[in-house]
Amino acid sequence: MVPEECRFTKEHEWVYAEDDVAVIGISEYAAGELGDIVYVELPEVDTEVQQMDPIGTIEAVKTVAELFSPVSGTIIEINEEIIEDHETVNKSPFADGWFIKIKMEDPGELEVLFSYEEYQEYLGEQAGE
Amino acid sequence: MSYIQNTDSDRKEMLRVAGASSFEQLLEPVDPALRVKGGLKLGRPMSESEVLSHVGAMASRNRPAGSAASFLGGGIYDRFIPATVRYVLSRSEFYTSYTPYQAEVSQGTLQAIYEYQSMIAKLTAMDAANASMYDAATALAEAMLMACSIKRADRILVPAAMSVRVRAVLESYAAGRGIRIEEIPWTDEGTMDHDKAGELLSEKAAALVVASPNYFGMIEDAAGLSELAHSKGALLVALVDPVSLALLSPPGEYGADIAVGEGQSLGIPQNFGGPLLGFMATRSELIRKCPGRLISATTDIEGKRGYVMTLQTREQHIRREKATSNICTNEGLCALSAAVYLSTMGEDGFREVARQSAAKSHALYRLLSEVEGVVLPFGENFFQEFVVRMPGSSESFIEEARGAGILAGIPISGDYPLLGGDAILVAVTEKRTRAEIERYRDIAAGKGGAL
Amino acid sequence: MSGTIFEKGAGGISGRYIPENDFPDEKIDALAARKGEIGLPRIGEQDLIRHYVGLASKNYHIDKGMYPLGSCTMKYNPVVNEQIAGLGGFTGLHPAQDERDAQGALELMHNLESALCEITGMSAFSLQPVAGAHGELTGMMIARDYFRDRGEDRKVVIVPDSAHGTNPASVAICGFTPKTIASNEKGLIDPGILEKEIDGSTAVFMLTLPNTLGLFEREIARIVEIVHRAGALVYMDGANMNALLGIVRPGTIGIDIMHLNLHKTFATPHGGGGPGSGPVGVREHLADFLPVPRVIREEGGYSFRHVSDKTIGRVHSWYGNFNVFVKAYAYICSCGAEGLRAVSENAIINANYLMTLVSKWYDLKYPGPCMHEFVASGSNLKAYGVRTTDVAKRLLDYGLHAPTVYFPLIVEEALMIEPVETEKKETLDHFASVMEKISIEARENPQILHDAPVTAPVRRLDEAAAARCPDLCWTGPGGCGE
Repeated sequence: MVPEECRFTKEHEWVYAEDDVAVIGISEYAAGELGDIVYVELPEVDTEVQQMDPIGTIEAVKTVAELFSPVSGTIIEINEEIIEDHETVNKSPFADGWFIKIKMEDPGELEVLFSYEEYQEYLGEQAGE
Repeated sequence: MSYIQNTDSDRKEMLRVAGASSFEQLLEPVDPALRVKGGLKLGRPMSESEVLSHVGAMASRNRPAGSAASFLGGGIYDRFIPATVRYVLSRSEFYTSYTPYQAEVSQGTLQAIYEYQSMIAKLTAMDAANASMYDAATALAEAMLMACSIKRADRILVPAAMSVRVRAVLESYAAGRGIRIEEIPWTDEGTMDHDKAGELLSEKAAALVVASPNYFGMIEDAAGLSELAHSKGALLVALVDPVSLALLSPPGEYGADIAVGEGQSLGIPQNFGGPLLGFMATRSELIRKCPGRLISATTDIEGKRGYVMTLQTREQHIRREKATSNICTNEGLCALSAAVYLSTMGEDGFREVARQSAAKSHALYRLLSEVEGVVLPFGENFFQEFVVRMPGSSESFIEEARGAGILAGIPISGDYPLLGGDAILVAVTEKRTRAEIERYRDIAAGKGGAL
Repeated sequence: MSGTIFEKGAGGISGRYIPENDFPDEKIDALAARKGEIGLPRIGEQDLIRHYVGLASKNYHIDKGMYPLGSCTMKYNPVVNEQIAGLGGFTGLHPAQDERDAQGALELMHNLESALCEITGMSAFSLQPVAGAHGELTGMMIARDYFRDRGEDRKVVIVPDSAHGTNPASVAICGFTPKTIASNEKGLIDPGILEKEIDGSTAVFMLTLPNTLGLFEREIARIVEIVHRAGALVYMDGANMNALLGIVRPGTIGIDIMHLNLHKTFATPHGGGGPGSGPVGVREHLADFLPVPRVIREEGGYSFRHVSDKTIGRVHSWYGNFNVFVKAYAYICSCGAEGLRAVSENAIINANYLMTLVSKWYDLKYPGPCMHEFVASGSNLKAYGVRTTDVAKRLLDYGLHAPTVYFPLIVEEALMIEPVETEKKETLDHFASVMEKISIEARENPQILHDAPVTAPVRRLDEAAAARCPDLCWTGPGGCGE
């Protein structure tokens, strides 16, 4: 997955769409802010979700972040590797560190998310605060 | 007596540096209309000597169980406490330190609590224990919330033969979450009615609570109840006496999911009921749902062994309203007492405490069974505490014993009307002597007073 | 010598602490169902004492040096109070004893409740809650039952964003829904925002006074009025009462429910994390809801009574942490009215003095005057790659304890500093000079800070490894049973 081809949310998640399947992870910025990830809780396969539903949690040593579904659909796969080895998320947030795959109901939902450029701009605003 | 060390000239200089001409100026944010007028109506300051005599006089107006032969129990017991416990606790390195937020300079507290956790885990034969809760009642209330959150259910089953005070605390905690607590009656043997438990378990419940020994001192068929609870999809929460676990089968052996109890017996004075030590242990799979502090071993950047507070994302300071519990402190010093007590008594000494408590309570039971008119309703399947009805009124018996320097027990019929008549709960610890036990029998037999 | 008690106690022998069983023939074999050993140590007394004294030497504590943890009020714990609380007349009392045999204990509890009422202006106190968070929970239960009694369905508790994390957690456990409101640019509650957010569904507004920035809510009178006009109650987290003794009595300014932390304001020790004590006080209209039993004084003496059917019930097995009451009561007697006022005056002077010194080198988002504590920020050191954690760890190398860090959440890189009244000016000067040195090191040689601590018993610890795979129980020789 190439960051430039992903869509992003305000919660610093990325979505990479291949046909009607969305791969979801957290951005490098989010992984850096959280620090060492120590625990990941993901939903079960076949769970149906609506856009922006909370679907899991990501825990670092002293913070916890919620994972939201950027799109509506059905969860078809979760990344077992990051549940076993959380460091993968820190090491490779855009590739091996993906979280879940969702079969999208409506790929049109992606349109409301940031493009790569918009996300970079958003990060800039955040840093400026 | 004041513990303030700054002098008037210090204060003057400090105010000057802070840019204030007077203390009043620092109070500028506090509207004068809101301030105390004319000072607090409390006494004048006392010298250390006066405080000692004033509060010391209050102590001397008590007649502590510690100075009589106490057969009082009900969760708090008069046990021998080795001198090592008070010695270690009086080290200000332990008692004047705060929560170990800076782990590198708190390794003493952290390692001691890790060792405490390990001892509780061993005693209960569970995988892990937390760093302690306030008391058995709140530990059980937290176990209830934990079970309800794991099972996503709002109903738990408890024994009727449970302390009414513990039960009251459960009710207070249950009310906010809309949890229903239902009671399982006791049988003629003073233990939980299995059939009734099975019946109540047929409707979804988060947990079955088994108290063993129960409030009447009786040992439950915990293994059978554990199987029953699990077969109906409920968790088993065991409420246990830590000393009894030196003899009885521990919760881990009969498949309990959560074990809680009162640790006062482990080197903590009776102190009129507080501070106490609630302990909680669970299985590894449930540890992330466990409330309270947890201490883990780890290593420092040079690879040296050290200890830290861990899984803090469960806790209120990070997860706020979504935390597993609102508990923030533990009963750290009491947990330290328990660790020092258990390591002082050691494997053999601790087992001896349990054996003697059992032997002496059974001896008193046997002696009383020979006294005409004494009723022992529930049989011999108890650990160190049992229910008895005296030939006359319990009140006059307790009063007569009190006059003879014996605290004969807790009258419990008021709280448990089903027991009928004048029932007394009698506890016998390792501290009671043959002479005291025989004297107890003599008073029951109407031959009181003579030693 | 390091190592666990289990390693040291593997295969040794313990001392003999209790006499021989004088009922050796009593048959109890039927009870002995436990298989195998428990796994407790077997260690001689000398090595046992060495073990614990060795552990003690690895702890920072008040008797060693200043403990500027904000919101924790780490003041001197008078040693005489330990002596008094250790008297057999207190420690040996069983809670189910005949009240005639516990008159001194009941009198002490009654006197302590009265003193707390006088200090806070509340009408009645319950000593039953055993910690601050436990007091909050009790207070929320009181509010819940109060509205239930009135037949009002109010489910929301408004909490400012500067609140202690225990506040929303206590609220949630009680079945209420917490709603956060933002502080204004001065770090205070904005009555305008509160007015907008509050409505008929609000049960309680929960605030800390002074707040966690060490600031007194200037608009408190208006805030109380807004809350009462909406039919809700005002709860005050009294963790910071060390700023208000003899200055403000919360009950007289309209606070409905509050808790105190005896282990903060009233000098009882923290014990490495408890036992504490968190009594809850209420105004007259809520007194019936307090936990039972209450201590009542009558002709002929004191007794415990279930005074009202409206009570929330119990929150503790017995009466709370009695041993802590003894120490707090002795402390209040020592101080007297004028001494308590002097406590707060000196706490406020110390905090303002130290704030002036520290703010030369660290950012101060909310300038004073502060009350008993202040919040500085290490954000000016971020440019050198230094975080507040590094400052905290470096303080340990200088033999000091760190302030509370990263709290309150509304201050970036927060350093929350509470010097308390018992510290002398020279001690504060020393602390400030070390803070200065560290800020210079941060600029000139930040690596020293990243490496800190180097003089503590251990270096920085791997918390991530512990959280990923917690080792909560010793499994080595003599360890938890596989």
